[in-house]
Amino acid sequence: MTSQDAVPPSGESAAKPNAEPQKKSRISVGWGLAFGGLLVLLALIGLMLRRTQEGPIRVGDPVPDFVLTTFDGDEIHLADLQGKVVVLNFWASWCSPCAQEAADLEAAWRYYQPGGEVVFLGVNYVDTEPEAKAYMAQFDITYPNGPDLGTRISQGFRIRGVPETYLVDKEGKLAYAQIGPFRSLQHIKSVIEPLLK
Amino acid sequence: MKKRITWLLPLLSLSFLLLGVVSVQAQSGTPHTPTDDEVNAVASQLYCPVCENIPLDVCGTQACAQWRDLIREKLSEGWTTEEIKTYFVEQYGDRVLATPPPRGLNWLVYVLPPLLILAGAVILVQAFRAWKTPTEEPLEAEMAPSTPEAAFSDDEYIARLEEELKNR
Repeated sequence: MTSQDAVPPSGESAAKPNAEPQKKSRISVGWGLAFGGLLVLLALIGLMLRRTQEGPIRVGDPVPDFVLTTFDGDEIHLADLQGKVVVLNFWASWCSPCAQEAADLEAAWRYYQPGGEVVFLGVNYVDTEPEAKAYMAQFDITYPNGPDLGTRISQGFRIRGVPETYLVDKEGKLAYAQIGPFRSLQHIKSVIEPLLK
Repeated sequence: MKKRITWLLPLLSLSFLLLGVVSVQAQSGTPHTPTDDEVNAVASQLYCPVCENIPLDVCGTQACAQWRDLIREKLSEGWTTEEIKTYFVEQYGDRVLATPPPRGLNWLVYVLPPLLILAGAVILVQAFRAWKTPTEEPLEAEMAPSTPEAAFSDDEYIARLEEELKNR
């Protein structure tokens, strides 16, 4: 017995080594595609998770532009309010803590309205219109308010609940975020005043 | 004959008029008051974004109660289930739906599972085929020297063995 015995003598057997690499390459291409697809899928899932796991907008970040269609039918673009301080309050009629700060917010609006440097906007979050309007009448709210259609504005700010209030400075950057209700009118004034200097 | 037609005509027109009045009354009559079951049938297909993963029909929050009232109001106005669902999506976003609408990245939810099942089935079939086909290659591979060094060492061993046998 010599090493030559190991070499297949027949022609049929001699053809096998040529077929084998082809089959193997087909399999490896299949596995490559499968792994490639899996990687793309994982990347997509990762991107989606990253988007959903992102917290609220950080102070100093530019605020995403949005359009608020008020209950009166007016359209307010945030971009048009550059040069003014914007107080953006997310609320709902079913939210008890919102009711705690509603009167103070209205008082603050009436205090700053004559100066024209501060704009108050109310975004009504997942609410029904009759109840929202009844709430506004109850607290005599006069600053512009509108529904968060398609929850687009709240998703842009990535809010976690209501009430939440965001202060946008004159350059359109987030200056302050109040998670939960303001404690008093003084509290509201104390966060607005530094932005007017 | 002519006389008969003359008194039949007003009678016919009166009866048509009466029919018209009756049908108009039926259409604009007292509005249909939806039952709780009808409201819940629509509500069960919607989810409140505030209390996630709880269908609207069993959600106990004030927000959900308001939404059910809104569904009742829309049903009494004659809206269909699809119209109500569309209204809720416009107002509150896609999150209110039990299943994501098939657009954008949402398509992945519908396309990927069948694709993965198909890919799994193909892999399984290939694996079963490979297991069933008896292969001689491994035996040949076992018999054949795997490397030139192995072949050389085998030859050397055989040569020594033959030499020792001759010497005996």
